Amino acid sequence: MKASLVILSFFAVGLLLGIFRFFPQEILSYNISFYVLCALMFSVGISIGNDPNSVSKFRHLHPRLLFLPLMTIAGTLLGVLAVSFFLKNRSISECLAVGSGFGYYSLSSILITQYKGIELGTIALLSNIMREVITLLFAPLIVKYFGKLSPISAGGATTMDTTFPIIVRNSGKDYAIVSIYHGFILDFTVPFLVTFFCSL
Amino acid sequence: MLAGIALGYALRSIKISFIHRIILTLVWVLLFLLGLEVGANETVVRQFGTLGLHAFWLATGGTLGSVVFAWLLWITVRTKLTDK
Repeated sequence: MKASLVILSFFAVGLLLGIFRFFPQEILSYNISFYVLCALMFSVGISIGNDPNSVSKFRHLHPRLLFLPLMTIAGTLLGVLAVSFFLKNRSISECLAVGSGFGYYSLSSILITQYKGIELGTIALLSNIMREVITLLFAPLIVKYFGKLSPISAGGATTMDTTFPIIVRNSGKDYAIVSIYHGFILDFTVPFLVTFFCSL
Repeated sequence: MLAGIALGYALRSIKISFIHRIILTLVWVLLFLLGLEVGANETVVRQFGTLGLHAFWLATGGTLGSVVFAWLLWITVRTKLTDK
Protein backbone atom coordinates (compact mmCIF):
# COMPACT_ATOMS: atom_id res chain seq x y z
CA MET A 1 0.00 0.00 0.00
CA LYS A 2 2.76 2.41 0.95
CA ALA A 3 4.64 1.64 -2.27
CA SER A 4 1.52 2.41 -4.32
CA LEU A 5 1.14 5.77 -2.59
CA VAL A 6 4.74 6.68 -3.37
CA ILE A 7 4.24 5.71 -7.02
CA LEU A 8 1.02 7.74 -7.18
CA SER A 9 2.67 10.78 -5.65
CA PHE A 10 5.22 10.76 -8.47
CA PHE A 11 2.32 10.93 -10.92
CA ALA A 12 0.64 13.67 -8.89
CA VAL A 13 3.80 15.79 -8.71
CA GLY A 14 4.29 15.39 -12.46
CA LEU A 15 0.66 16.35 -13.00
CA LEU A 16 0.95 19.56 -10.98
CA LEU A 17 4.23 20.57 -12.61
CA GLY A 18 2.61 19.89 -15.98
CA ILE A 19 -0.48 21.98 -15.28
CA PHE A 20 1.58 24.96 -14.15
CA ARG A 21 4.17 24.47 -16.95
CA PHE A 22 6.88 24.37 -14.34
CA PHE A 23 9.39 22.45 -16.44
CA PRO A 24 11.42 22.84 -19.65
CA GLN A 25 9.02 22.09 -22.52
CA GLU A 26 11.72 20.22 -24.47
CA ILE A 27 11.46 17.22 -22.13
CA LEU A 28 8.26 16.06 -23.79
CA SER A 29 9.49 16.40 -27.36
CA TYR A 30 12.43 14.02 -26.89
CA ASN A 31 10.27 10.97 -26.25
CA ILE A 32 12.34 10.06 -23.19
CA SER A 33 9.57 7.87 -21.83
CA PHE A 34 9.92 5.47 -24.75
CA TYR A 35 13.55 4.71 -23.89
CA VAL A 36 12.83 4.46 -20.18
CA LEU A 37 10.00 2.08 -21.10
CA CYS A 38 12.40 -0.13 -23.07
CA ALA A 39 14.71 -0.24 -20.07
CA LEU A 40 11.75 -1.10 -17.85
CA MET A 41 10.59 -3.99 -20.06
CA PHE A 42 14.14 -5.31 -20.13
CA SER A 43 14.36 -5.19 -16.33
CA VAL A 44 10.95 -6.83 -15.89
CA GLY A 45 12.18 -9.60 -18.18
CA ILE A 46 15.32 -10.08 -16.09
CA SER A 47 13.31 -10.33 -12.89
CA ILE A 48 11.00 -12.99 -14.38
CA GLY A 49 13.85 -15.05 -15.83
CA ASN A 50 15.96 -14.68 -12.70
CA ASP A 51 13.42 -16.27 -10.36
CA PRO A 52 13.92 -20.05 -10.61
CA ASN A 53 12.03 -20.81 -7.38
CA SER A 54 8.72 -19.41 -8.56
CA VAL A 55 8.20 -22.01 -11.28
CA SER A 56 9.10 -25.05 -9.18
CA LYS A 57 6.75 -24.08 -6.34
CA PHE A 58 3.76 -24.18 -8.65
CA ARG A 59 4.05 -27.96 -9.17
CA HIS A 60 2.20 -28.55 -5.91
CA LEU A 61 -0.93 -26.83 -7.15
CA HIS A 62 -4.18 -28.66 -7.79
CA PRO A 63 -4.32 -29.05 -11.59
CA ARG A 64 -7.68 -27.31 -11.93
CA LEU A 65 -6.40 -24.26 -10.11
CA LEU A 66 -3.91 -23.81 -12.93
CA PHE A 67 -6.85 -22.53 -14.96
CA LEU A 68 -7.53 -19.62 -12.62
CA PRO A 69 -5.48 -17.06 -14.60
CA LEU A 70 -7.38 -18.09 -17.72
CA MET A 71 -10.69 -17.51 -15.93
CA THR A 72 -9.48 -14.10 -14.76
CA ILE A 73 -8.48 -13.08 -18.27
CA ALA A 74 -11.69 -14.36 -19.87
CA GLY A 75 -13.90 -12.85 -17.16
CA THR A 76 -12.18 -9.48 -17.24
CA LEU A 77 -12.30 -9.20 -21.02
CA LEU A 78 -15.99 -10.16 -21.13
CA GLY A 79 -16.83 -7.71 -18.35
CA VAL A 80 -14.93 -4.91 -20.07
CA LEU A 81 -16.55 -5.84 -23.39
CA ALA A 82 -19.99 -5.45 -21.80
CA VAL A 83 -19.03 -2.02 -20.45
CA SER A 84 -17.61 -0.93 -23.81
CA PHE A 85 -21.10 -1.02 -25.36
CA PHE A 86 -22.18 1.72 -22.95
CA LEU A 87 -19.16 3.97 -23.53
CA LYS A 88 -20.06 5.59 -26.81
CA ASN A 89 -16.80 7.33 -27.68
CA ARG A 90 -14.51 4.42 -26.77
CA SER A 91 -13.87 1.60 -29.22
CA ILE A 92 -14.05 -2.03 -28.13
CA SER A 93 -10.33 -2.61 -28.64
CA GLU A 94 -9.49 0.48 -26.56
CA CYS A 95 -11.61 -0.81 -23.69
CA LEU A 96 -10.07 -4.28 -23.95
CA ALA A 97 -6.58 -2.74 -23.85
CA VAL A 98 -7.45 -0.88 -20.63
CA GLY A 99 -8.96 -4.05 -19.14
CA SER A 100 -5.84 -6.06 -20.00
CA GLY A 101 -3.94 -4.01 -17.46
CA PHE A 102 -5.43 -6.32 -14.79
CA GLY A 103 -4.56 -3.79 -12.11
CA TYR A 104 -0.94 -3.42 -13.24
CA TYR A 105 -1.48 0.31 -13.63
CA SER A 106 2.12 1.47 -13.98
CA LEU A 107 3.03 -0.73 -16.90
CA SER A 108 -0.34 -0.74 -18.69
CA SER A 109 -0.83 3.04 -18.57
CA ILE A 110 2.67 3.66 -19.89
CA LEU A 111 2.27 1.15 -22.72
CA ILE A 112 -1.15 2.47 -23.69
CA THR A 113 0.05 6.09 -23.66
CA GLN A 114 2.82 5.05 -26.00
CA TYR A 115 0.50 3.30 -28.46
CA LYS A 116 -2.86 5.07 -28.15
CA GLY A 117 -2.10 8.46 -26.73
CA ILE A 118 -2.40 10.19 -23.45
CA GLU A 119 -6.18 10.18 -23.05
CA LEU A 120 -6.53 6.40 -23.05
CA GLY A 121 -3.31 6.16 -21.03
CA THR A 122 -4.88 8.26 -18.29
CA ILE A 123 -8.00 6.08 -18.32
CA ALA A 124 -5.79 3.00 -18.04
CA LEU A 125 -3.92 4.46 -15.08
CA LEU A 126 -7.09 5.44 -13.20
CA SER A 127 -9.01 2.29 -14.12
CA ASN A 128 -6.28 -0.09 -13.02
CA ILE A 129 -5.64 1.79 -9.79
CA MET A 130 -9.37 1.52 -9.11
CA ARG A 131 -9.27 -2.22 -9.72
CA GLU A 132 -6.58 -2.58 -7.08
CA VAL A 133 -8.49 -0.40 -4.64
CA ILE A 134 -11.76 -2.28 -5.29
CA THR A 135 -9.97 -5.56 -4.52
CA LEU A 136 -8.39 -4.21 -1.34
CA LEU A 137 -11.69 -2.80 -0.08
CA PHE A 138 -14.15 -5.48 -1.14
CA ALA A 139 -12.12 -8.69 -0.74
CA PRO A 140 -14.07 -9.80 2.38
CA LEU A 141 -17.39 -9.21 0.64
CA ILE A 142 -16.37 -10.98 -2.59
CA VAL A 143 -15.11 -14.04 -0.71
CA LYS A 144 -18.45 -14.34 1.03
CA TYR A 145 -20.51 -14.45 -2.15
CA PHE A 146 -18.19 -15.80 -4.84
CA GLY A 147 -15.85 -18.19 -3.04
CA LYS A 148 -12.22 -18.16 -2.05
CA LEU A 149 -10.79 -17.85 -5.54
CA SER A 150 -12.69 -14.67 -6.38
CA PRO A 151 -10.46 -12.09 -4.64
CA ILE A 152 -7.50 -13.60 -6.49
CA SER A 153 -9.21 -13.02 -9.82
CA ALA A 154 -10.29 -9.54 -8.77
CA GLY A 155 -6.70 -8.67 -7.86
CA GLY A 156 -5.50 -9.53 -11.36
CA ALA A 157 -1.77 -9.02 -11.83
CA THR A 158 -1.30 -7.61 -8.33
CA THR A 159 -1.95 -10.84 -6.41
CA MET A 160 1.74 -11.56 -5.86
CA ASP A 161 2.50 -8.15 -4.40
CA THR A 162 0.08 -5.41 -3.33
CA THR A 163 -3.12 -7.40 -2.85
CA PHE A 164 -1.36 -10.57 -1.64
CA PRO A 165 -1.72 -9.89 2.11
CA ILE A 166 -5.43 -9.12 1.78
CA ILE A 167 -6.04 -12.30 -0.20
CA VAL A 168 -4.27 -14.50 2.33
CA ARG A 169 -6.20 -12.88 5.14
CA ASN A 170 -9.57 -13.41 3.47
CA SER A 171 -9.17 -16.70 1.58
CA GLY A 172 -6.73 -18.36 3.96
CA LYS A 173 -3.10 -19.47 3.85
CA ASP A 174 -3.93 -22.44 1.61
CA TYR A 175 -4.47 -20.00 -1.23
CA ALA A 176 -1.13 -18.20 -0.96
CA ILE A 177 0.59 -20.26 -3.65
CA VAL A 178 -2.36 -19.97 -6.06
CA SER A 179 -2.28 -16.25 -5.49
CA ILE A 180 1.43 -15.96 -6.31
CA TYR A 181 1.10 -18.27 -9.31
CA HIS A 182 -1.85 -16.23 -10.58
CA GLY A 183 -0.04 -12.91 -10.19
CA PHE A 184 3.05 -14.31 -11.87
CA ILE A 185 1.13 -15.48 -14.97
CA LEU A 186 -0.90 -12.26 -15.24
CA ASP A 187 2.13 -10.02 -14.78
CA PHE A 188 3.61 -11.85 -17.70
CA THR A 189 0.53 -11.53 -19.95
CA VAL A 190 -0.11 -7.79 -19.39
CA PRO A 191 2.47 -6.44 -21.87
CA PHE A 192 1.45 -8.94 -24.54
CA LEU A 193 -2.31 -8.47 -24.26
CA VAL A 194 -2.09 -4.68 -23.94
CA THR A 195 0.07 -4.29 -27.05
CA PHE A 196 -2.12 -6.80 -28.89
CA PHE A 197 -5.34 -4.86 -28.25
CA CYS A 198 -3.61 -1.57 -28.98
CA SER A 199 -2.55 -2.84 -32.39
CA LEU A 200 -6.09 -3.84 -33.39
CA MET B 1 11.38 -8.03 -22.45
CA LEU B 2 12.11 -11.44 -23.97
CA ALA B 3 15.80 -10.48 -24.13
CA GLY B 4 15.57 -9.64 -20.43
CA ILE B 5 13.96 -13.00 -19.58
CA ALA B 6 16.69 -14.82 -21.48
CA LEU B 7 19.42 -12.85 -19.75
CA GLY B 8 17.80 -13.28 -16.34
CA TYR B 9 17.50 -17.03 -16.89
CA ALA B 10 21.09 -17.32 -18.10
CA LEU B 11 22.29 -15.51 -14.99
CA ARG B 12 19.96 -17.32 -12.59
CA SER B 13 22.88 -18.65 -10.53
CA ILE B 14 23.71 -15.06 -9.67
CA LYS B 15 21.08 -13.43 -7.54
CA ILE B 16 20.18 -10.12 -9.16
CA SER B 17 18.46 -8.67 -6.14
CA PHE B 18 18.90 -5.03 -7.12
CA ILE B 19 16.71 -5.50 -10.21
CA HIS B 20 13.52 -4.80 -8.25
CA ARG B 21 14.90 -1.50 -7.07
CA ILE B 22 15.79 -0.59 -10.65
CA ILE B 23 12.27 -1.50 -11.82
CA LEU B 24 10.70 0.61 -9.09
CA THR B 25 12.89 3.61 -9.96
CA LEU B 26 12.06 3.29 -13.67
CA VAL B 27 8.35 3.12 -12.82
CA TRP B 28 8.73 6.30 -10.74
CA VAL B 29 10.42 8.12 -13.60
CA LEU B 30 7.83 6.96 -16.13
CA LEU B 31 4.83 7.91 -14.04
CA PHE B 32 6.37 11.27 -13.30
CA LEU B 33 6.78 11.82 -17.05
CA LEU B 34 3.22 10.61 -17.64
CA GLY B 35 2.01 13.10 -15.05
CA LEU B 36 3.94 15.90 -16.78
CA GLU B 37 2.39 14.97 -20.11
CA VAL B 38 -1.14 14.73 -18.73
CA GLY B 39 -0.80 18.01 -16.87
CA ALA B 40 0.60 19.85 -19.88
CA ASN B 41 -2.24 18.60 -22.09
CA GLU B 42 -5.15 20.98 -21.57
CA THR B 43 -7.77 18.81 -23.28
CA VAL B 44 -6.96 15.91 -21.00
CA VAL B 45 -6.99 18.10 -17.88
CA ARG B 46 -10.39 19.50 -18.87
CA GLN B 47 -11.81 16.01 -19.47
CA PHE B 48 -10.33 14.50 -16.34
CA GLY B 49 -13.78 13.89 -14.83
CA THR B 50 -15.14 12.07 -17.89
CA LEU B 51 -11.97 10.01 -18.20
CA GLY B 52 -12.26 9.09 -14.53
CA LEU B 53 -15.85 7.97 -15.01
CA HIS B 54 -14.91 5.79 -17.98
CA ALA B 55 -12.08 4.36 -15.92
CA PHE B 56 -14.47 3.58 -13.08
CA TRP B 57 -16.90 1.65 -15.27
CA LEU B 58 -14.11 -0.30 -16.96
CA ALA B 59 -12.61 -1.20 -13.59
CA THR B 60 -15.97 -2.31 -12.22
CA GLY B 61 -16.85 -4.33 -15.33
CA GLY B 62 -13.47 -6.05 -15.47
CA THR B 63 -13.40 -6.89 -11.78
CA LEU B 64 -16.98 -8.15 -11.74
CA GLY B 65 -16.45 -10.31 -14.83
CA SER B 66 -13.35 -11.94 -13.41
CA VAL B 67 -15.01 -12.51 -10.04
CA VAL B 68 -17.94 -14.30 -11.68
CA PHE B 69 -15.57 -16.52 -13.67
CA ALA B 70 -13.55 -17.30 -10.55
CA TRP B 71 -16.81 -18.31 -8.91
CA LEU B 72 -17.54 -20.75 -11.76
CA LEU B 73 -14.13 -22.38 -11.27
CA TRP B 74 -14.66 -22.38 -7.50
CA ILE B 75 -17.90 -24.37 -7.90
CA THR B 76 -16.16 -27.10 -9.89
CA VAL B 77 -13.09 -27.29 -7.66
CA ARG B 78 -14.56 -26.67 -4.21
CA THR B 79 -15.45 -30.24 -3.22
CA LYS B 80 -12.11 -31.60 -4.44
CA LEU B 81 -10.11 -29.12 -2.40
CA THR B 82 -11.99 -29.78 0.83
CA ASP B 83 -11.62 -33.57 0.38
CA LYS B 84 -7.88 -33.33 0.79
